[in-house]
Amino acid sequence: MAVDPLIELRDVNKYYGELHVLQDIDLTVGKGEVVVVIGPSGSGKSTLCRTINRLETVQSGEIRLDGQPLPQEGKALARLRTEVGMVFQSFNLFAHKTVLQNVSLAQIKVRGRKKDEADKRSRELLERVGLATHAGKYPAQLSGGQQQRVAIARALAMDPKALLFDEPTSALDPEMINEVLEVMRQLANEGMTMVVVTHEMGFARSAANRVVFMADGRIVEDRAPEDFFTHPESERARDFLSKILKH
Amino acid sequence: MDVLTDNFSTFGEGFIGTVELTVFASVLALVLGFLMASFRVAPVGSLRAFGTAWVTVLRNTPLTLLFFAVLLGLPRFGLVLPFTVFAVLALGCYTSAFICEALRSGINTVPKGQGEAARSLGMTFGQTLSSVVLPQAFRSVIAPVGSNLIALAKNSAIAGAFSVTELLGTYKTLNELGYNIIWTFVWIALGYLIITLAISAVFNILEQRWGVAR
Repeated sequence: MAVDPLIELRDVNKYYGELHVLQDIDLTVGKGEVVVVIGPSGSGKSTLCRTINRLETVQSGEIRLDGQPLPQEGKALARLRTEVGMVFQSFNLFAHKTVLQNVSLAQIKVRGRKKDEADKRSRELLERVGLATHAGKYPAQLSGGQQQRVAIARALAMDPKALLFDEPTSALDPEMINEVLEVMRQLANEGMTMVVVTHEMGFARSAANRVVFMADGRIVEDRAPEDFFTHPESERARDFLSKILKH
Repeated sequence: MDVLTDNFSTFGEGFIGTVELTVFASVLALVLGFLMASFRVAPVGSLRAFGTAWVTVLRNTPLTLLFFAVLLGLPRFGLVLPFTVFAVLALGCYTSAFICEALRSGINTVPKGQGEAARSLGMTFGQTLSSVVLPQAFRSVIAPVGSNLIALAKNSAIAGAFSVTELLGTYKTLNELGYNIIWTFVWIALGYLIITLAISAVFNILEQRWGVAR
């Protein structure tokens, strides 16, 4: 692909004790690209996602964001994280704050926006994810799907260059999955750079530019979605697809 | 009964002394405990080590020994302060170790994802701790922190042995004056009860106000 790379991983290795969870990972995500990471559980896909904003450290290799290597702990790392939003499997909304405060908090603390200005931006974003009327509620008063949409609004509030999704729909009831995927699809259409770890093959097919298939800590395939789903090259991917697509 | 009415000013002085020790040492214990708890969960290894050492040393030293160390030890290094200040230092530092551990257990009740979410938004360690983790931890530590401050109020009696004016110490004067020792102690006990029940009441209110809201 001839686009500017935004996220680059080179020879990344990570161990949990003896367990080699990421093995020689090379991955480039271009600006505006949507990359979906799939694979069996324990294949390292969530870990891969979390290394990109250094919620997980790596033992060797290099990770670059917009050309800059990831800094160590501290202010520089915090600044870099504002550029990469993250959406978690378990939403992780701040339980003691209202929906509006959840979206505004980091804008005020990190971006240094005035409260009015931050709240105005938050309301726009909540409107966009269809939750403007819930601004005054606490996270526990919302359904899972609604909480996840708030979490997406919260990540967007920092005006990030890229968004990471770590199994954003895995903790949701089936009927709520679509409302979240719809928001994600909309973001993809608007040109947001996204790395999405998911089991939603429909989303991978319709919204992704590339599908990365991981197994046992390695990237096994990295191809266009249609190619991957119709003609998987590796035995491992064929086996995986046969298990999840036929029933 | 005469013990109280005849010596109201002596009891009063002692009572005020204990209240002062309790209040100042509590403030010191809360501030230091808060600081040490932050250290113990910090991403910086040396801060964690310092916090751990602080808790280990102070929590495992008998309080009386600590009083000796502070009141007799520090002057040897040229630090001479009123005994009351030394007593506040000893009590405050000692209790801070327990407050630190109560706060830390509260921090551990906050799901890890909350901190991760805050960090992923670019908040620094300090911001994550102060606006996300501690406000939630606070709700679950109200009761144990209250217990620690009640223990502090009672521990302040040790200061009396080092000629600091406080409630328990008044018995010596009254005993010398020939008053009934039993009644003297009853009134002293009542004085402590006023202080500890007041602390309980404050923490009950805090718990009603903040404890359950989720």
